Amino acid sequence: MSFSNLEQLYRQVIMDHYKNPRNKGLLETEGYHQVHLKNPTCGDDVVVQVKIEEGRIEDIRHEGTGCSICCSSASVMSQTLIDKTVIEAADIAKNFYEIVQGNEFDEELDMGDAPVYQGVAKFPARVKCATISWKAAEQAINELK
Amino acid sequence: MDVNQIRKDFPILKEKMNDRPLIYLDSGATTLKPNLVVEAENYYNTKKTSNVHRGVYQLSNEATELYEGARKKVKSLLNAKSELEIVFTKGATQALNLVAQSYGIHNVKAGDEIIVSELEHHSSFLPWQYIAKVTGATLKYIPLDKTGRITVENAKKVLTSKTKVVAINYVSNVMGYIAPIKEIAALAHEVGAIISVDAAQAVPHMKIDVQDLDCDFLAFSAHKMCGPTGTGVLYGKYELLNKMEPIEFGGEMIDIVGELESTWKDAPYRFEAGTPVISGAIGLGAAIDYLTAIGFDQIANHERELRNYAVEKLEALGGITIFNQDAETGIISFNIDGVHPHDAATIYDTEGICIRAGHHCAQPLMKWLCQPATLRASLYLYNTKEEVDIFIEATQKGKEFFSGVFF
Repeated sequence: MSFSNLEQLYRQVIMDHYKNPRNKGLLETEGYHQVHLKNPTCGDDVVVQVKIEEGRIEDIRHEGTGCSICCSSASVMSQTLIDKTVIEAADIAKNFYEIVQGNEFDEELDMGDAPVYQGVAKFPARVKCATISWKAAEQAINELK
Repeated sequence: MDVNQIRKDFPILKEKMNDRPLIYLDSGATTLKPNLVVEAENYYNTKKTSNVHRGVYQLSNEATELYEGARKKVKSLLNAKSELEIVFTKGATQALNLVAQSYGIHNVKAGDEIIVSELEHHSSFLPWQYIAKVTGATLKYIPLDKTGRITVENAKKVLTSKTKVVAINYVSNVMGYIAPIKEIAALAHEVGAIISVDAAQAVPHMKIDVQDLDCDFLAFSAHKMCGPTGTGVLYGKYELLNKMEPIEFGGEMIDIVGELESTWKDAPYRFEAGTPVISGAIGLGAAIDYLTAIGFDQIANHERELRNYAVEKLEALGGITIFNQDAETGIISFNIDGVHPHDAATIYDTEGICIRAGHHCAQPLMKWLCQPATLRASLYLYNTKEEVDIFIEATQKGKEFFSGVFF
């Protein structure tokens, strides 16, 4: 495996989200439901807040510590899922898990920047980094249902 | 010590990782295995297979001799008084848990104190955290000095007449420091406490003399010293071991079995219920022969020399934080400033370099260092300066990659 594969993984988009995360920082405002997930093996630690109005995701916030894959992915997740219906969000999350494992996914789906994480499939040890914030969001949405 | 000759003993060093020559800098996690160890295990598995201590037939006697021969080799390695002080376990973790679950449960009471440190591997302090919880004893921590070391002065601060157990490491798996075990053992004995030593990172890298240390228990794993996984050792002073209750019951550990009461064999056999990992013990014996023939002083010197070389080069790069600047053993704990250790480890991975990233089963120490995780390069007898050079180049690439030079 060469350095170019690595660049594939850390595409410009990922680095941009890592260095300038969107929707970062938790809110004290009412109406947000919060889920905290940790990966004890590597220390990734993510809190995701979700606000849903009539079946539509109105807002997502995130906060936490972790590697570039973990932190950027939380930013991409929030940007991708905001304004989607709960049903669309579940579908997108399901497809995202396929993407990071290198499997086929629904390319018609509006997934924002999420497909750039295809490179993660070459690094199986990093799949959990990419998915932790998505799992937290998924859990928060399910708990609100 | 001829490293190039030694490297020929390790077939895995001819393998590649990510199309690059394999550079293995994670011997603190587990070491590579030389041919001779694998052959010793195979010899038992292909020529001498039978259970130990049971058969009346010759094959079983031969297997028993191989297994017990390994116990004698461990006895010599540690300079124990007798091979009866050597218990085979599945690893250092099980050995340390055995001390806590047997000695600890029966000798620690509410109000007593157990002393550990923030420098411990989870397997060194968690068994005692649990004993403290169930007995009502207090768990106390030796304050680390400003470099993160356990010192005699600080041990004195926490030892009291209530101390019953001191459970500390000989060499830290993150910092690579050698703890003053001999001095702390003497202090522990003065207050009537015993000392249990996690020597998983010590036995593979230096000469050990349990009589000189005067420690009560000492544990290590075979797989961190060129031996197989699944085998470890608990050394215990015989007068203590032979008074301790077994924690596992079953075949081969019994004396007389009755319907309501049974009695046990003497130590160490009462602690080896069931069929042991016979090939593992034999493999450990071979690893001991292998390392002893090379010489522990030579191994320690080689590691220290390589470490100093690597630390010097890392410092020259700049932008690297080294957490254990002056450690005596071959462990370097560091971070590339501004780069999460997992991102760094992926860069090393693509260069064929195995390096550990994470909390190293030492979360209290990560807290002490104020780091969520660190990188750890750990060196052993088969590593070379050329490998360190490639490691340094990869570190430089990691720095550049994340400082955005590529974008």
